[in-house]
Amino acid sequence: MIERIAVESGSYHDSVTLMAVGGEIGRREGVDAALVAMATELNVGLLGDLGFAVPDGATPNDLVIAVRAVDDDTADHALAAATARLAERSSSSGSTAEEAPPPTTAAATRRATAQVALVSTPGASAFVEAVDALRSGLHVVVFSDNVPIDQEQQLKAEAAERDLLLMGPDCGTVVLGGLGLGFANVVRPGPVSLVAASGTGAQQACALLAHADVGVNHVLGVGGRDLSDEIGGASTIRALRMLDDDPATELIGLVVKSATDAVNARIADAVDRLDTPVLHIAADRPGDDLTAGTDRLLERLGVTVPRWPSWVSHQHTSGPGPLRGLFAGGTLCREALTIAEPDIGTLSTNLRSPDLDPATPGHVLLDLGADEMTQGRPHPMIDQLLRLRRLEADAVASDGSVILLDVVLGHGAHPDPASELVPAIAEARQRDAAPAVVVSIIGTPDDPQGLVGQAEALAGAGADVFVSNAEAARHATSLALGVSS
Amino acid sequence: MSESTSWLHDPAVVTVGARLFDDALTAQGATTVPVEWRPPAGGTEDDLARIAADPRVGAANAEAVRRLTEARPHVVGVRRAGDVLGIDGPQFLHAGPPIDWERASGPMRGALIGGLLFEDLADTAEAAEGLAAGGGVELAPCHSRGAVGPMAGVVTPSMPVFELHDEVNGTTAWCSLNEGLGKVLRYGAFSDEVITRLRWMRDVLGPLLAMTFDRIGPYDVRAMIAQGLQMGDEGHNRNRAGTSLFIREVVGELIEVDASASDIADVCRFVNGNDHFVLNLVMPCAKAAADAARDLPGSTMVVAMARNGTDFGVQVSGTGDEWFTAPAETPKGLTFPGYTDDDVNPDIGDSTITETYGIGGMAMACAPAIVRFVGGTVDAAFETTHSMYDVTLTEHPHLQIPALDFRGTPTGIDATAVVRASRPPAVNTGMAGKVAGTGQVGAGLVTPPMDCFVDAVRALAAAVPD
Repeated sequence: MIERIAVESGSYHDSVTLMAVGGEIGRREGVDAALVAMATELNVGLLGDLGFAVPDGATPNDLVIAVRAVDDDTADHALAAATARLAERSSSSGSTAEEAPPPTTAAATRRATAQVALVSTPGASAFVEAVDALRSGLHVVVFSDNVPIDQEQQLKAEAAERDLLLMGPDCGTVVLGGLGLGFANVVRPGPVSLVAASGTGAQQACALLAHADVGVNHVLGVGGRDLSDEIGGASTIRALRMLDDDPATELIGLVVKSATDAVNARIADAVDRLDTPVLHIAADRPGDDLTAGTDRLLERLGVTVPRWPSWVSHQHTSGPGPLRGLFAGGTLCREALTIAEPDIGTLSTNLRSPDLDPATPGHVLLDLGADEMTQGRPHPMIDQLLRLRRLEADAVASDGSVILLDVVLGHGAHPDPASELVPAIAEARQRDAAPAVVVSIIGTPDDPQGLVGQAEALAGAGADVFVSNAEAARHATSLALGVSS
Repeated sequence: MSESTSWLHDPAVVTVGARLFDDALTAQGATTVPVEWRPPAGGTEDDLARIAADPRVGAANAEAVRRLTEARPHVVGVRRAGDVLGIDGPQFLHAGPPIDWERASGPMRGALIGGLLFEDLADTAEAAEGLAAGGGVELAPCHSRGAVGPMAGVVTPSMPVFELHDEVNGTTAWCSLNEGLGKVLRYGAFSDEVITRLRWMRDVLGPLLAMTFDRIGPYDVRAMIAQGLQMGDEGHNRNRAGTSLFIREVVGELIEVDASASDIADVCRFVNGNDHFVLNLVMPCAKAAADAARDLPGSTMVVAMARNGTDFGVQVSGTGDEWFTAPAETPKGLTFPGYTDDDVNPDIGDSTITETYGIGGMAMACAPAIVRFVGGTVDAAFETTHSMYDVTLTEHPHLQIPALDFRGTPTGIDATAVVRASRPPAVNTGMAGKVAGTGQVGAGLVTPPMDCFVDAVRALAAAVPD
């Protein structure tokens, strides 16, 4: 095998673009492995894991193109192709008009009138772009994570002064009148709007409402730390008031996270002042879950709660085994933890121990979208590389394990996640003492990936598939305990 | 739908970061304004965040912009440099950030030699060089005395200088008189021809212009620049229109001053024959305006860009008189016959005060006539000006670009925007020969080094109070 590693300094491309180019190069005939990424600590580590010699002195501002191929020509061509593809992407974005694209949010707001900014830069730059947007009078969605909390405080204070809504940081999902920003499912208009401290929590609620034929008007994300003591629910309260003014919203679902009594009291006080009824949806309350919360919304609307679709083979013969959760959605991971722990006992999870070694044996639930897992890489809803590697390792490491995954569909997510998961699941299922695989698929029937096709493909590979993450978690817990479900 | 919730329906979205999300919005039929984002130069994320969080910045920059654009400097006289700039004997001023003989480039050394010969402080070039190399000349930047000088910018005590005063802000600025093209002191030439011309400028040109200004009263330079921009000047590499306007304005009074007809005719011919004559009025006009915007705590506006032939230096309003320097780049453009790119000295001169003021390279769209001279196309000239709106704080309300529907020139360079966009200001320049004594070898464009702006941003961040 021949290896080629090129390091280019001063060249920047966003991680999703790099992933796409890396994928294309990796699929070329004769190419064994390829990585095209900014040289963050995480990516340099990954380079080592993939068996490449790690280049000295590369910084996170340097672009690394690494190729391993059968011969010199193939490697050189692959490297050249990667460079060419990236150059093409840089120039294709240049407008043919006299004005080149704006380099900053402030410049963009001078070019054209806009109402909202969607910020998804690396976290260290998100504050500056968001400040530009607020000072230009725009509401802001900060998708970026790794934003310090003092910056979040300042952004929310600045937004309040200007009567604007700051959604985020780490706000994965926003829907504005059916328009999805970030990771968002295709929803039909309806009586419900959501205020969500959790993107995947909101996506689960949107998806289940769609399965029950109930539409969603707006989803206003507020960021995972909005209900912390430091922030005190600033954006949650502002979002609730905005939805209360929206005549199309008849019922508000408030996707919450556990908070202190003081913050809960502030929220309760704000809710009391609204004309629109508000129901809570929570993933982390023992005895409750996202699905149950959505059920309460449906009951309040007078809609019969349907039987949630699932594709279950009932072929699992594996006895008790370790539960291995590999989640893209942090809240979905939290929900699984809340459901599994009362039966299984304390699990290892990076939700509690951010430095947890993913290879820790026993029952482990991993949130692969956590801040420390995504530096310099796209979110696992887009980039499944780390998850596929973990899936393979877990299948090998422990006999009879139960692997629990979430697959999130919708705008922004991977265009065909099953195409990558199916071969990996099928391969794992071929093994002696094959692991059981349980999948929650979070999507609406209108999502571009095709919910039913994705679910059937995953089921065809031997996975048990549920549209309710809570049901998937319960099913996986039963399998892990060796109880037939 | 109430006012407060209208944004929830069909919003136009600025997208900054992952292109995927812009693609997803476009696929849903939304209107987007995508930002071509890249990480800031020099790893300055934390510094930029600290500045963005500084509540003083907005008001400080607004005040800096107000002072810069409202300035209306007038020529009020021609003085002896020694009388107004605090120099005497072998005390000379020079262009750019501080420098000593040791690090000085060929044209800077040549101009210092010429200055010593002109002041009769040395009899021969060799003696002058020995004197200067031995520390016999005390050097200070023009900028440190409220002055500016093109190219080497050497100002010696007995040279005449224009004095401009801005009543609006109360600032005063000075600049030497333009010698014309070819073998001239500012390009490092010091032959007899050069020294003879300097003496004539001291003895004839200066006094006659001083008498002329006494007769016509304060002369409005900003108005002259504004008209010149509408006649194909950009105020740095092209000042042909401005010079024509100037001579038209002054000639009536000039011919009546108390001097010999032949001296008056010589002055007329000299001014009329030098397309760059008013560069030395444009520069101090810009200097007086930029100086008015200095020392505003929190302001990120660039108030000086200047080169000494070795270093490119930048000063920013919020950090006082501190220079942020980096090695000067070599200009690219067209060389005169007989010279090649190898003969070109690194960037030199205070004339980048014009870009600091929002003209010159910033206003390339005004001057399609010189795009070939500076190595470009008309389209590139428009692109240059367009691209500068992204790194400036305002559009000059009084200096307009006819071809852009009278849009104001991009004015008030924001050091933070330059670093965020990794886009240095566009600068036009003349090119000096590397070897002392050569003179001008061409004209072109130069890229200011990004490191100056990175260092300025770091210093601005460090100056933000806790």
